[in-house]
Amino acid sequence: MPEGARDGVEAGRETDGNGGDVNDREEGSGLTRRALIAGAAAAAGGAITASATRGLVQEAQDPTKVPGARPVTVGSRSPHETPEKLLSGSMGGSSRTPLQDLHGIMTPADLHFERHHHGIPYIDPATYRLLIHGMVDRPTLFTLEDLKRFPQVSKLLFIECSGNGGGAYAPSPSPQHTPQSVDGLLSTSEWTGVALSTLFEEVGAHADATWFLAEGSDAAVMGRSIPMEKAWDDAMIAYAQNGEAIRPEQGYPARVFLPGWEGNASVKWVRRIELSDRPGMYRDETSKYTDPLPDGTARQFSFVMDAKSIITYPTYPRRLPGPGFIEISGYAWTGRGLIERVEVSTDGGDSWHDAVLQEPVLPKCTTRFRHGWEWDGGPAHLLSRATDETGYTQPIRQQVLDARGPGTRYHSNAIRGWRVASDGSIEFAPV
Amino acid sequence: MSRANGVSRLLTLATLVPALAACGAGDSEGGPEAGSAAPGATAVATSDPGDGMTRRAGAAEPVYGFGTPATAAQIAAWDIDIGPDGAGLPPGQGTVAEGLEVWERHRCILCHGPTGREGPNDLLTGRIPGDEFPFANDRSLRSTVGNYWPYATTLFDYTRRAMPFDLPGTMTDEEVYAVVGAMLYFNDLLPADAVVDSATVVDTRMPARDRFVPDNRTGGPTIR
Ligand code: HEC
Repeated sequence: MPEGARDGVEAGRETDGNGGDVNDREEGSGLTRRALIAGAAAAAGGAITASATRGLVQEAQDPTKVPGARPVTVGSRSPHETPEKLLSGSMGGSSRTPLQDLHGIMTPADLHFERHHHGIPYIDPATYRLLIHGMVDRPTLFTLEDLKRFPQVSKLLFIECSGNGGGAYAPSPSPQHTPQSVDGLLSTSEWTGVALSTLFEEVGAHADATWFLAEGSDAAVMGRSIPMEKAWDDAMIAYAQNGEAIRPEQGYPARVFLPGWEGNASVKWVRRIELSDRPGMYRDETSKYTDPLPDGTARQFSFVMDAKSIITYPTYPRRLPGPGFIEISGYAWTGRGLIERVEVSTDGGDSWHDAVLQEPVLPKCTTRFRHGWEWDGGPAHLLSRATDETGYTQPIRQQVLDARGPGTRYHSNAIRGWRVASDGSIEFAPV
Repeated sequence: MSRANGVSRLLTLATLVPALAACGAGDSEGGPEAGSAAPGATAVATSDPGDGMTRRAGAAEPVYGFGTPATAAQIAAWDIDIGPDGAGLPPGQGTVAEGLEVWERHRCILCHGPTGREGPNDLLTGRIPGDEFPFANDRSLRSTVGNYWPYATTLFDYTRRAMPFDLPGTMTDEEVYAVVGAMLYFNDLLPADAVVDSATVVDTRMPARDRFVPDNRTGGPTIR
């Protein structure tokens, strides 16, 4: 099997949990397709000169000599900007955020990654209900309008699939990985909704309830068990994302959101929450989303996403134009709170430099880091490593191998890197 | 599915979430019965989600009064989960022999192969010699029902809610019992002539039953 194909299988294995059916794509194919679409749009646009035509590339003309387009009811990107998610999986499957195309920390909602096990359900908001029952005094059904009447919470937060980055953990990762193909199951939004603690107080949650079981109304009726501690801490039922209603693929009209925890547990399209005194032992907390360990056990309910970072510029398939100033930039994040420090190396880890952390630096949110670098035109190896507020520093692959063995499938957070050749070409090269 | 009171706790709070025990959420055996307000509840689980107001467990009255009481029928319609203790398992039974028919009739065979080993979709069948659990050390190993799943109740639960993949939730409870029996039979966990009912599903001891441990990652300098 060619190297790239093997790595594609590996990358699928982590998102799928068991591997067989997802990620049959070839690395880099997303870029090719994008280029084709842009080309087609340009060809079509050449014939169209009406200034009000949006979404198509127009004939070049002096924009100061013709009136511009009229206001529109819904805006759209410049036809010159065509970022796309990268698709994988035939059933269920996933799509990955084009991290290398984004600036700052926010993910446009239409570029937010997807991972679902049984497709995106259609749900009518008028008939939507959230049921909360079990160890409560007052089993209650909430309409969407009911949920929106409660006091709101709103936070900038990342969410990441716990299978993200599996392609970097593979024994010989493809050098043709992009930030998107390796870590694109990560996105950041402003999430708005009602604190789960508000709802649990409303229904009279029993003090001896220790877990809540959340289920979605997708075809998998996706279920996960969450310790009540998370509800009393910062869990929410979110109904809005980046100021608008949550997109269907993100859980419309309402989802569980567990800041800093593996994405699968933030059950989308949530319809039922049952308070209990034990977990449900759902498939996706036993067969999947558990982490085998070298001592013959498997870690279960490993919710928190540990500190991680990835350089998103400059990366494969870019080529550096020539020696001179390069601003290395990327994301760092941790499910344990704040990113305290990001270090960047340009010599494969022999020396490290503190990167600038761009404001805002928020807990359980991505942090943008930057590091100015003068490229001398020689070979270089760019690495980043994040340290969070607990003092945890992103490990190298060997440390994860020692702790978890080669067979582990989730929570891959070892240091990612990019090797720069003298001709300016760049390859994915984690350490 | 709520389980009956008095069934012994499978996983105590203290094992799974030490911090919870530390913050004092009730975990005592023989504590207040499910369905009654917990005495002293207001003192234990509280939170401030960021609006300056404290939330608490055991509130005797709703604070806002939004939402509608859920009836028993409404709850029953959605309360489909099967607990590891068997709570929620429906009446009925099936046999392994019927399960092998269901395997063809409901087309499991198309996506998982004649014995759950052949694919093309998820591998379901296979044991590891000595029922060892070397998944961390051998990247080529694939997990199956027989070598990785800790509870047969999960197999009933997942199959009933999510399979067959393209027509989920279309089997009768009897068919689910039967096909669960077939999958346990494929994995040498039931004989070919077995009858499968709720007791079978609860009592079938899965080889990986004791393999699962709580998360011991805590942040700080140690890589785990
Ligand atoms: C159209 C194809 C298809 C059919 C038909 C089908 N399955 Fe599946 N099955 C899948 C896919 C795809 C998955 C993985 C879903 C996921 O990862 O979320 C799966 C997963 C499973 C799993 C969980 C595997 C694991 O490791 O977690 C079980 C058990 C299962 N199927 C049993 C059945 C049974 C029993 C039938 C027949 C009643 C059936 N399937 C019919 C496609 C199918």
